[in-house]
Parts: sequence; C-alpha cells; structure tokens
Amino acid sequence: MEVEKLTIKRIHEGLQQKEFKAEEITKAYLERIKSYDRQIGAFLTLDENSALETSRQVDQRIARGSALNILDGVPVAVKDNMCTRGLRTTCASKMLEDFVPPYDATVVEALKHQGGVILGKTNMDEFAMGSSNENSGFHPVRNPWDSSRVPGGSSGGSAAAVSAGFAPMALGSDTGGSIRMPAAFCGLVGVKPTYGRVSRYGLIAFGSSLDQIGPFARTVEDAAYALEGIEGFDPRDSTSAPGRTKEDYAAAMKQGVRGMRIGIPREFFAEGVNPEVRRIVLRGVKSLEDQGAEVEEFTLPITQSGLSAYYMISSAEASSNLGRYDGVRFGYRAGEYKNFEELVVKSRTEAFGKEVKRRIMLGTYVLSSGYYDAYYKKAMLFRQKVRGLFREAFETYDAIVSPTVPMLPFKLGEKTQDPLEMYLADLFTVNVNIAGIPALSMPAGFSESGLPVGIQFMGNHFEESKLFRIAYALEKDLGLDLIPELGGVE
Amino acid sequence: MAVYETVIGLEIHVELNTKSKIFCSCSTAFGAEPNVNTCPVCIGLPGVLPVLNEEVVHLAVKAGNALGCEINLINKMDRKNYFYPDLPKAYQISQFDLPICTGGFVEVTAQGEKTRVNLTRIHIEEDAGKLIHLEDEAYTLVDYNRGGVPLIEIVTEPDIRSAEEAVAFLKQLRSILVYSGISDCRMEQGSMRADVNISLRKAGTSVLNTKVEIKNMNSIKEVYKAIKKEESRQLQLYSYGEGHKVVQETRRWDQAKGRTLAMRSKEDAHDYRYFPEPDLPPVRIDREWVLQIRSSLPELPVDRKKRMMAAYGLRETDVDILIEEKMIADFFEATVALSREPRESANWIITEVLRVMKNQEKVPLTPEQLSDLILEVKKGTVSRTAAKEVFEALINQEKSTGALIEGMGLNQISSAQTLEAVIEEVIEEFPQALSDYRAGRTQSFGFLMGQCMKATKGKGNPGIVKAILERKLKE
Repeated sequence: MEVEKLTIKRIHEGLQQKEFKAEEITKAYLERIKSYDRQIGAFLTLDENSALETSRQVDQRIARGSALNILDGVPVAVKDNMCTRGLRTTCASKMLEDFVPPYDATVVEALKHQGGVILGKTNMDEFAMGSSNENSGFHPVRNPWDSSRVPGGSSGGSAAAVSAGFAPMALGSDTGGSIRMPAAFCGLVGVKPTYGRVSRYGLIAFGSSLDQIGPFARTVEDAAYALEGIEGFDPRDSTSAPGRTKEDYAAAMKQGVRGMRIGIPREFFAEGVNPEVRRIVLRGVKSLEDQGAEVEEFTLPITQSGLSAYYMISSAEASSNLGRYDGVRFGYRAGEYKNFEELVVKSRTEAFGKEVKRRIMLGTYVLSSGYYDAYYKKAMLFRQKVRGLFREAFETYDAIVSPTVPMLPFKLGEKTQDPLEMYLADLFTVNVNIAGIPALSMPAGFSESGLPVGIQFMGNHFEESKLFRIAYALEKDLGLDLIPELGGVE
Repeated sequence: MAVYETVIGLEIHVELNTKSKIFCSCSTAFGAEPNVNTCPVCIGLPGVLPVLNEEVVHLAVKAGNALGCEINLINKMDRKNYFYPDLPKAYQISQFDLPICTGGFVEVTAQGEKTRVNLTRIHIEEDAGKLIHLEDEAYTLVDYNRGGVPLIEIVTEPDIRSAEEAVAFLKQLRSILVYSGISDCRMEQGSMRADVNISLRKAGTSVLNTKVEIKNMNSIKEVYKAIKKEESRQLQLYSYGEGHKVVQETRRWDQAKGRTLAMRSKEDAHDYRYFPEPDLPPVRIDREWVLQIRSSLPELPVDRKKRMMAAYGLRETDVDILIEEKMIADFFEATVALSREPRESANWIITEVLRVMKNQEKVPLTPEQLSDLILEVKKGTVSRTAAKEVFEALINQEKSTGALIEGMGLNQISSAQTLEAVIEEVIEEFPQALSDYRAGRTQSFGFLMGQCMKATKGKGNPGIVKAILERKLKE
C-alpha cells in the first residue's frame, strides 16, 4: 500500500467502504517509518502497540456498523511538546528525556476520543525554540525534499513526518511560525489557528500568550478536518474562547474566492525576500486574482519591530515557564550538588541546550527591574499597535497574503553560527502570533532547485474559514505534486 | 538622649476559607497526609494551566468590604518569579500593580487609646508548599498540600506605634475576618501569618528610617515579643551612634531563643521579575456583585459589641472579652437564648469556659449543657461549689447536665419535708447543743448546721437547711 499518497479523506472513504482495515493502514505507516525515518529523524518516540490496539478498536467499531468520525483510524504524529499519558514527552530536551506525563493534553484526548491513531511523538527544536529543528536535544530532522536541508522549525519533526508519508496528519505548535514555517519548507498545509481556538492544556508552554496548536496535512481539505478535530472551548484553559461551536470548514471552503478582498502588504515583499520566493508567491496571488479575488497593495510596517517584540515577549514568558525545570520534582537532576541552589544551577546547565539558555537569559534580562520598561513594556505596547493595525486592515481585507518565509529551505549548519540570521526566518510569521490572529501556510510552488515555497494567508480573529476558502481555490488551481522522492540522497 | 518612637507596618497573609485550591480542584483541608491533596496543576507539571476559583475573588471582595477598602473592578494576576523548592512552578501567581483592594482601615484600642490603622492594599495570591527539614538527615522533604491554597495578603501603612497596638490590630483584624467567614485565621496552623516591618525614629519627626522585616512568628504573642525585642535592638544601635547603623534586612524570629536572627540583606533580595500572568485573562468584577456582597456581610465585631452591650446589659470590658472570638460570642448568645441569664452566662464563660479553653480550639461543652447548669444552680438543685465540679465533668462529655449531676450524686436536697425530718433527728441526737443555743450560746448553731449537712451527706441545700434549723431552734 502506498500510504504516502493517502489523505485523511481517502482513509475515511476506504474504511467506510471496507477497502482496507484501519490496522493495515497503521501497520503500513509504521513500516514506512521504520524503513525511512532513520534518514529523516522525524520521530523521537513510537507508540506502536497502542497505535495498533487503537486501530483494531476502530476496525471492531466498523465491523459493528458504527458511524465513523472523520478521524477514526487516521494515523497522527504528535509534536513532542504535547503531553501524552503514559508516553514520554520530552520537548526534545535532555531535561525531559524520561518525563512520562500522568495526563493527556486536551488535543490528545480529543484525538483519542475520535478514534485517531497516535503513532508517536515527533522531533522538534528543544522546547520549540528554533526555526530549523537543529536545536533538538537529540538529533536534527532532515527535509524530505532534500536531506541536506532543514525541514524548518520548531515543529520540524511533525512537518517532515507528513511530508515523508509517515502520517497523513500531524499536530504542531506555533509560537512565532513553528507550524507555518516547516509547512512551507516541507511543502505542506499548516494552520496556526486563532489564539484561543484550540486548547493549550497539556501543551508544554514556551510563550504562553503566543502558543497555539494546529495541524499539518497534505491537502487543504485534510487540514480543515484536522482542525475541526482538535478545536473547541476547554474549561481547563482560561484563554480558550468560550461559546464557539465547531465549524465545518470543509463544507464552507468550496465556494470560490470571487469578490473576496486580499491585501498585499508591501513590507512583506520588500528587499531581503528571496526573489524566487517572491515570484512564486506573487504567481499564487495572480491565480486568486484570476479567479475573481480583488487584490490590492497596502502598507503594514511591522515586520522588523515585530520580530524584536516577538523575541522579547516570547523569551520573557519562556524564562518564567521554564523555571519549573529545577531538578526537584521531575526531569533531569544533576548527579552531585551541595545545596538547593547548586542543584538548580547544575541541573539546568547540564540539561538545557544552548538556544534554550540564550532565550532564558534574554527573557530574564528584559523582565529585570530597571530594564522592564525599556524592553518588555515597550514590546507589549508594540503588541497593542500590531493588533490595531491588523484590526484596521481587516476592515478592508478578508485576508492578507505574504510569503511564509523570506528564504528557501537552507542547509543544515548554514545558520547555526548566527542566531540573528536564524531569527530572520520568522520575519513574516511572528506578527500573526503577536496579534493572536489565524494564518495558514500552503505550498505555492517549487524553486528551480526543486525546493518547496510556502504562501501565507492571514485572517481576522476566528475567520479561519475564509483562509480555507482561499487556500482551497489556490490549491485546485496550482495542482502541485507534493510527494517527495525518499531514499538515498546524502 | 533623644526619645525614639517605633514605626511598624504589617504584612498579613491569610488563607481563605475555600473548599478547593485557587487554580485547581484539590482540597484545601489542613492536616492531610503529605502530598495527598495535589494534582498536575498544583505541582506544576509541564503543560498544565491555572483556572481561577471564583470563590477566591468572592472572599477577597468580602474582605475588602469588611475592611472598608476600595474594590478594583479590573483585576489582573501577575507572576512573581523565584526559585525555591516549595514553589513548584518557580513562580507564584500573585497580583502586582492592580491589587483587588486598595485603602481600608481597622480601628483598634490599645492601652486605652483608640487609633485607626490604615491599609495600603489587599491582593490575591497562591500559597507555596511546606518544607520539612529533618534534623539528622542531609535532605529536605516537601509537602505540596498547601501549594495553591488561596491567600490574601493584607498590607498596612506604617501606622502602628507599639507592640501593644500591633497586637490589638492583629486581634481586631482576625476577629473581623473570622466573623465574616473569610478565614479561620489560625496562626499556629499557618492560616494567618504576620510579617513585621519595623523602624525607629526620633519622636516628633516624620521620617521613615531604615526598616527591618521580621518573619516567622506563629502566634500573636510571639509577634509581640519579636517587636519588643527588635525595638530594643534597634534602640541600642541608635544609641551607640554613628557606625552602628540599622541595616535593611530580613530577620527571622527564633522563638526558642527569643531573638531575631539575620536572614538575608537587601543585597540578597530577589528581583522577582513580575509580569502579567499570560495564562489568566483579566478578571472583571461587576459593581453590582460588590454591592451585593457588601449588603450580605454578616454582623462584624464592632456592631456586635454595640448590640450585645445594649441587649444584655453587660460591662464593656466583659463584652470585649466575649466578642474577641466569634465562636465564644456565638456560644454566649446561644447559652443566653436557652437560659435567659446573660450575667450568669457571661461569668461562667469568662471565668470557666475561657480558662479550660486555653489549650483547645473548640468550646468543649454545648450551650445546652452550660445553660442547664446555670438553671440548676438557680433552682438550687446543685450548689455553686458543686456546680464547679459538674462543670469540670462536663468538659468534652456528651451527657446532659441533669444526667451528670444525678450520676455524680451532687443534686441537693431542697425538699423541706425531707430536710425537716433529718434536722429533727439531728436535734434529738444533740440535746446539749440545743440547750446551749437556747441559753444564748448561739455558736452551737454552726455545730448543728454542720451535723445536718453531714446527715444529708452534703447534699442538703444549705439555704433551706439553715432556714429550717433556725425555725426549729426557736420553736
């Protein structure tokens, strides 16, 4: 069975029509992972027995003639920063190498409830800090399109898993672009939902006011099903949006883009954007225009300051969120220490990676007395401004379009020496998190060297359905072949 | 030498009377096995999120209302970051620049003088766990049962001028909080904790000199002692003049040694890196709700005092004693409702009940038991002396007063008929005494009285025996 070509929709139909069994599907994916993941490095932990058991339960339900959920029997890869009861959850950090959560994250619970088959936990940048997945505390992830290149980060393992055909869908988390960026680099659809649409309960926090869980899928329709499967109010997350019923994106997205207004922010296409990327993205915009969308340039001067504000806010929150890794109750503990302070210092020094330490220091600094006003407070004021500018823009536009990443997938090691260079990869994604709005990245085409290029659509709060509508129309028109050839390069 | 005055401000942490913790549904019950009342949220496992317990906001608003504070309608929570093993998240969720209450005051009487202690603020926060240092072991144990128990921190202005005033303030504050059902304020269990900020200055000036913070007092009595000790320590430093300055620092009260010890200096003070808690959206409080809570406040000590003085005709000093603890005032009023004897009830409670309660938390007898005892004394079924014995026997005893008196054989013989027969027998037995009395040697009355009591085995109602004996002797 060529599982790498399957979609959520296709699996659902096949199960309904009894073309294949859920267990066969799961087995086939597990086999593919075993054959190819050595060269990709997408998974940190496989949960083979549970996955097979879950798939057999789905088969039993089918045999009994029960109605099937869209996710019943669908294999899912879960980023390793979402807690899974009884299954180690590491955040790709030595700090949590042996941490086995006693509870399920709300999204994991939701997947299980709907018959989703969790194959395992995917690699990532340590504590989700990074844009290339090279910051994993265990091993990097390679891009299935070119194994000398990075898959993007921080949800690089989840993106690579779907791209390599290890699972038809995966969950990632997006604090400043960590879903959209790897989606762009791996030729996938990735959705960063509105802040508050998907519960964060059980997502190991990085930047709490920015973090949001979202799906990766091969098609726009699959991404819609996946989001429908995980969204909804959760009383355990006080920032989750109450009173929203589940949406039917898949049904609403097929009505075309005629009459929709799409804004092109000049600053997101300015110098510094790889010319090939710019050309491919603009070709996508042209396609939408040809299909009847109204397209207009406008100015949105937030990219540079947004990046600074993002690194201050996310690092400030991270410096506090990561305080609990002190070696006292769980996680890594240094072997020898003379007192409490030494226990904390040694445990953290030994177990955290370089980038995590850098962010903790940056965050601690911007919150320190005497610096708070100049940095953190200023960043928060800028955040207000960004929200205002987006609010204003969405009075005119249904969506805003931009490249997802200003560059093509880069080589492993290419940007690891200069953190600032690496941070530039997030230039067009961070403001979405700062404003809390939804955004979707999807494949817009390939560079001449055969590398995927992503296009990003940003929408107003809780207007994901408009993004799916636009993405669906573009996907139909582009008709890209998105299955990479695995094997042997390097 | 210059005359110095003491300047004191207090920071009081009070655990709120809620069933569950501030951010999860774990129980707040005191005294459970270590770490039983915990869950992923209150031990800060990766990925968990807090959900604010609405009852905490309710009780904090109630406290603000009872203490005359301004209630802030927009509230946010903040993170106070520091590493300590009893703090599982390495930050405490607290309130920094927008506390739920500002202002307010408590009126106190100390050394005959009435003063007003103003409050700066009251804010909501979570409690930390408890460290248990084992004497002979190289490690420390942590019990997180207390972690996440809701607290309010009440901060006063530096308005207090003496240890006596601090004590009066703490007693009055405790009584207000207990009366309004906000906290049980048990210092010995840690549900009320007071930190003292203290400095001295030349009397008549208004400068605020270098202050010292004292922690770790587990009773009001210890607060008093710590202030007295610190006052004299600072006075000594000032009197030595230049070169012996008071250093800004935190000192720990060592109860056993009766002195304060330096804990950490200003240089070691944490930079808490406060910032708004991103996991909790701001809490908007409805003005109507505040008014509703205000109008449903129970009777507070000041009002109860006025009412009790008017209703029962008691002395102010007695009422002050009765109302200090709500439990005692309630017990008093319940006893009066049954016995209709306010004076007697007050006397019994002040002299006897409070005496036996020195080492107990609960009133060790019921209003019915005490009321019955008062009424039996009044009826004469039991003598006043015997009543004291009965009272002792009633402590932590479920039997009714009547049954107990019966069982102890302390009931008096008040029946004139029964006593007359006994007295006649005694007079017959001692003719000499009778003739002595009749001959004017009246001291023999005492002898006969004694013989009568002996004949009734002490149970004869002395008043009645005396009356009958007098009548018989004059016959």
